[in-house]
Amino acid sequence: MTGSFKLSRSPVLVGALGLAVFFCVLEIAVETGMVMELVVPRPSDAFLAVPSVQEDMDLVGNFFVTLGMTAASTGIALAIGVPFGYFLYRNRRYGIAYEGWLAAAFAAPTVLLYPLFLVIFGRTYLTLIMMGFIPGAIPIVIQTRQGLLGVSQTLLNVGRSFNVSEREMFWKIQLPSAVPTIFTGIRIGVMYTLVNIVAIEYLIDFGGLGRIVSEMYFRFDTPGTYASIVAVILVSVFFYWGFGRIEKWLRPV
Amino acid sequence: MAQAGVVESTSPAIATDREATVFRIRLLTVICLLVAWEGLAALGSLEILYGDVIPSSWKIAVAVWGEVTAADFYRDLGITFAEHIVGFIVGSAIALALGIAMGVNPLLRKAIEPYLNAIGSTPKIIFLPILFLIFGTGIDSKMAKGALSAFFPVVFSTALGMILINPVLLRVGKSFNLNQWHTVTKIYIPAMINPVITGLRLGMAITVIGVLVAELKFADGGLGYRLGNYYEQFRIAEMYAIILIIFALAALANMGMTRLQTYANRHQGGSGAHSLSVATN
Repeated sequence: MTGSFKLSRSPVLVGALGLAVFFCVLEIAVETGMVMELVVPRPSDAFLAVPSVQEDMDLVGNFFVTLGMTAASTGIALAIGVPFGYFLYRNRRYGIAYEGWLAAAFAAPTVLLYPLFLVIFGRTYLTLIMMGFIPGAIPIVIQTRQGLLGVSQTLLNVGRSFNVSEREMFWKIQLPSAVPTIFTGIRIGVMYTLVNIVAIEYLIDFGGLGRIVSEMYFRFDTPGTYASIVAVILVSVFFYWGFGRIEKWLRPV
Repeated sequence: MAQAGVVESTSPAIATDREATVFRIRLLTVICLLVAWEGLAALGSLEILYGDVIPSSWKIAVAVWGEVTAADFYRDLGITFAEHIVGFIVGSAIALALGIAMGVNPLLRKAIEPYLNAIGSTPKIIFLPILFLIFGTGIDSKMAKGALSAFFPVVFSTALGMILINPVLLRVGKSFNLNQWHTVTKIYIPAMINPVITGLRLGMAITVIGVLVAELKFADGGLGYRLGNYYEQFRIAEMYAIILIIFALAALANMGMTRLQTYANRHQGGSGAHSLSVATN
């Protein structure tokens, strides 16, 4: 019996099989008219629509547009967020004063600020970058401060016993110890930035992947709409998985 | 003892001094922001920088008053509130049921978790076209969007709450020969109240955003629709007023849920995790 195969022992296979069965049932349901084709396309049609979406809308090119916006926003968020987090760590009372505000800002619906940026910058990439920057910077600030506050007192004492300068203390002890926590902030920040940028692209019909979803819907191209939605999901998964891997690598065992 | 007495007598003084400093910093920050805002508004009125884009804080305050005294504002508020509540309840109920099922059945959890993670990290707004196709562009699609937004944080925290239950409690349940239903109702549910409330708190905040964003795209009522209208009509002060009101309402809802969580923590003796998590709108 050692060679026997138990499905219950491979959940990944169970999940994949479940998904395959779901797609087959959906295919049959659309084929037989139980589900309106106008609302939900055949999964096979959505899959076959990918090349035409690529040809019409340049899926890959727009992926890089969204990626570029996300990278630019994250870059600005890092450039401002990490020093500001450090400032709040060094000036404890400022840290305490702004702690609650930052937490509130993190939970606030900042995506609704986009009309303001539209009014100021117009339908330009700058609006997208600014809208990506705001939700991206907040977790970076919070986690930078948390990471620096969480540095082991023993490590700091060791540094002091070696008479290291403030500068060396920061670069050789505090920053390396805080990197895993700061990276958690970066990962959350990047995900929020991506989400906000795609959302604004969709809302204002401008930019990369979000715009494609919107345009496909307006063309009543249902398979194309579904195909572009799947493309956005794949991009999010790529980011989520990639940053999760880096975070695991950075975290001490 | 004398030293202890000194420490005891100075500690409250230090704490009071710290609180006073924190208060001063906050007050100073607010004043600086207001001054900076007024400066930008003045530049706007002098046609130096974006005329009318940054109205004075007085104009915004008047607009806020105008909003809260307008009858149609309450109609829009009611629409958003209804969409939010229905979406939140439906999404949370489905998420709770699935989260419990995932906690009870490890095979189910491991099988569907990768897919939930994949969709959970995706901006939910891109599902709006599907919701519009299924439910139309009326109130139903906003409720569905609210449910979709609420679902993910609640399902993740419920499943996590189930997994993290103290195994001793489960062994006690087994020794009392509890059936599955009783194990869920007598052990799992009381022990996982704290993570579930954390998920509900997150879900509530994200549902607000989800519903408002859906209203901004296509709607004929609601605060998001109102905000979009003001933007299209270039009524900037009213636009700021609506944003301020929405932020205040979201903060109030969040505060209410945080209090509920603190109350649950006190009764459960839990720690109440307040970590940042990726839960997208």
